[in-house]
Amino acid sequence: MRRLQKASWVLLLVVAVASLFASVLAPANYATQFRQAPNAPPSRQHWLGTDDLGRDRLSRTLYGTRVSLLLAPLAALLSTLIAALVGGIAGYCGGRCQRLAMAATDLFLSLPWLFLLILARAMLPLNVSPAASVTVTFGLLGVLGWAASARVLCAGAASLRNSDFVLQARASGLHGWRLLARHVLPNLKPVLLAQFWISIPVFILSEANLGILGLGVAEPLPSWGSLLRELESLDGFSGQLWKFVPLALLILVVTSFQMILSTDEVTP
Amino acid sequence: MTRRSTLLRCLLLLLLAASAVRAQNGGTLRFCLRAEPKTFNPLLVSDDASETVRYLTGGVLMRLNRQTQRLEPALATSWKLSRDGRSISFTLRDKLYFSDGTPFSADDVAFTIRQMMDPALHSPTGDSFRSAPGELQIQVAAPNRITVTFPAPVAELDRLFDQVAIMSAHSPKKELAVLGPFYLADYKPGSYVLLKRNPNYGKKDAAGQPLPYLDEVRLDIQSNRDIELLSFRRGDLDLINSLDSEYYDRLASASPGLVRDSGPSLDSEQMWFNQVATAPIPAYKRAWFRDAGFRRAISDAINRADLARVVFASHARPAYGPVSPSNKFWFNAKLPAPAYDKQAALQRLQQAGFRLDNGVLRDAGGNAVEFSIVTNAGNKYRERMATMIQQDLGGVGIKINVVTLDFPSLIERFTESFNYEAAILGFVNVDLDPNEEMNLWLSSGENHAWNPRQKSPATAWEAEIDGLMRAQASAVDIHQRKQAFDRVQQIVYEQAPMLFLVNKNALSAVSNSLQGVVPVVLRPQTYWNIDQMALRTEVALKPVNKDRH
Repeated sequence: MRRLQKASWVLLLVVAVASLFASVLAPANYATQFRQAPNAPPSRQHWLGTDDLGRDRLSRTLYGTRVSLLLAPLAALLSTLIAALVGGIAGYCGGRCQRLAMAATDLFLSLPWLFLLILARAMLPLNVSPAASVTVTFGLLGVLGWAASARVLCAGAASLRNSDFVLQARASGLHGWRLLARHVLPNLKPVLLAQFWISIPVFILSEANLGILGLGVAEPLPSWGSLLRELESLDGFSGQLWKFVPLALLILVVTSFQMILSTDEVTP
Repeated sequence: MTRRSTLLRCLLLLLLAASAVRAQNGGTLRFCLRAEPKTFNPLLVSDDASETVRYLTGGVLMRLNRQTQRLEPALATSWKLSRDGRSISFTLRDKLYFSDGTPFSADDVAFTIRQMMDPALHSPTGDSFRSAPGELQIQVAAPNRITVTFPAPVAELDRLFDQVAIMSAHSPKKELAVLGPFYLADYKPGSYVLLKRNPNYGKKDAAGQPLPYLDEVRLDIQSNRDIELLSFRRGDLDLINSLDSEYYDRLASASPGLVRDSGPSLDSEQMWFNQVATAPIPAYKRAWFRDAGFRRAISDAINRADLARVVFASHARPAYGPVSPSNKFWFNAKLPAPAYDKQAALQRLQQAGFRLDNGVLRDAGGNAVEFSIVTNAGNKYRERMATMIQQDLGGVGIKINVVTLDFPSLIERFTESFNYEAAILGFVNVDLDPNEEMNLWLSSGENHAWNPRQKSPATAWEAEIDGLMRAQASAVDIHQRKQAFDRVQQIVYEQAPMLFLVNKNALSAVSNSLQGVVPVVLRPQTYWNIDQMALRTEVALKPVNKDRH
């Protein structure tokens, strides 16, 4: 397990460093169009080939990793914090408070958020820089993505509320926020972390899907989501394995995060 | 011995000829409709799927040959237009019958035209004939002679009859009794439309054999293009009437013999700037967009050849203007070919008061030139064009923000709020005649994209276009009309209210089992001559699974 943990750390470190130093490592600017070579296979000049407009895929992957690796965890953090607040308090308080919070969560889950996202894009000013547009996109995903996690956290907090050690803490005079902060939330940590890691790939894929609605990352800035859009057609990638590199990277990064998380859990 | 061998040879040749004829008969042609047909009433057709059924089933007085782009006799053997362009007289073919056996006569033509012009029916086909209010006069001189007089001249009156499928005045089957090559035999909503060979179809081939050769046409209703392509590859479909360049190349790489590129179609992709006076955009930007020098500079700075080559994989041509060169008659051949010229663009910008300042273009007031281009989300070709234009214009110091929006939001911006700066969209042209584009070119038109619904023309050149379009619409002499529309194309080139980018090629896929297919650029590209198309015998005998869906 330790080997896997170390390997995961190394991989994450390599990916993070490579994306941070993209401007040095990338063989070309992510926006430069080599129009004589659209959809080119891997070559000395373009190690991962080029995309539909002749842009170097390796450079776009490095820059896209930077965008997604920074913003998707931030969005996941935002949504997990909101979920912890709503679900944790509801589960801890129980009774009417829990019923009310969970009814609100159910209502939130049932609303057609797609229309809100379309509306949000329509309301944004047109001359928004790609960096601002990607921040807004992940911000919205973070704000809207808490409800499912809140239900899980509420169930976890409710089970802790009636546990023996919380009862003992109450009996010894600990109440309110102190009880919540000292005994309930630390025991919810594994659930919180799990929700956090699960949210990251979900948000990355959501961003890719939102691109179809025009709410994704604006051109020419790349993200994992926009890179994954290359794979959306049925057989457009047949025999072109290099197009799978962003997908492989996404799987590796998420798996590495989960490896570190699972070994953390067993570490005393 | 010589006589006997000659006789044997003759017999053998006859047998071969007979078998060849037999090989051309029968079978079911299968292709897809991409949406549900909204109506089977030929006078109410307004969508592509219904238009396909009308084309395959409707008998018309004259038919536009999609290859030669000339009118040919069909149910009418001849016709004559009056000098004032108000009347048209037809001589009809004798001894023709509808698919249900009802005889065809001038009464049916009169009935169809009356129905079509009935304001209560709201026939989209009839709208093209309504040039002025007033009484329609129909004179049936004999069972095979009829004259129709409209209240005012109608431009290209004879050509409009290509769209008018004649209905029976007496048949109990009403619009389902047809004179075209096929009749509607079965329709399963969401699944298929089945057309069967009309036994009473009046045309014969050169050898005197009755047409059409095919027994059935099965139209599968399928909106998913990936599934359509897979079905074609599996051999479940015989043709794909229109392909986009990506699907074309995928198919071409596997089976190059199955794809057809007929050259530039009538469809175009274009960019325009918002020139609406009340648009919520900064005044200095509106001033750029209203400056013809600025618009022409942008046009010069766009590399159309690259757009055609990279975005459409060379299955498109740089556009000259509003009319595709495929529209043989109406295209103004005197227009210069579009050229990418960055230096010319910079010169024009300089003349218009702009200057380059450390790689950033600024106007006379010092404002950096930056604007957004909106297009519809999900259309990867337009998104790619916008991204390429972003790089091209970056070369002259202009910053572009590409914004993709859902279609309803885009339309709301174009028609109501006018909250956009520049846009990229496409036109689908189904007709050769410029009259179909009145709504685009008249300054009062709803589709006058850059500044719609003007009470009076905002500029002198728009006023001139208004005058020319109205003049050509009411002129009877075709050469006068052509002269007027040539001038419209010239003004559009000089003023560049719309920057026409590319004309996409007409791409299709046709199975090897299908014979007699001559793909063209006019719709319907592949099956315009369906009555002369045939399937090879071995395919014709293949059973069709009607419950496939």
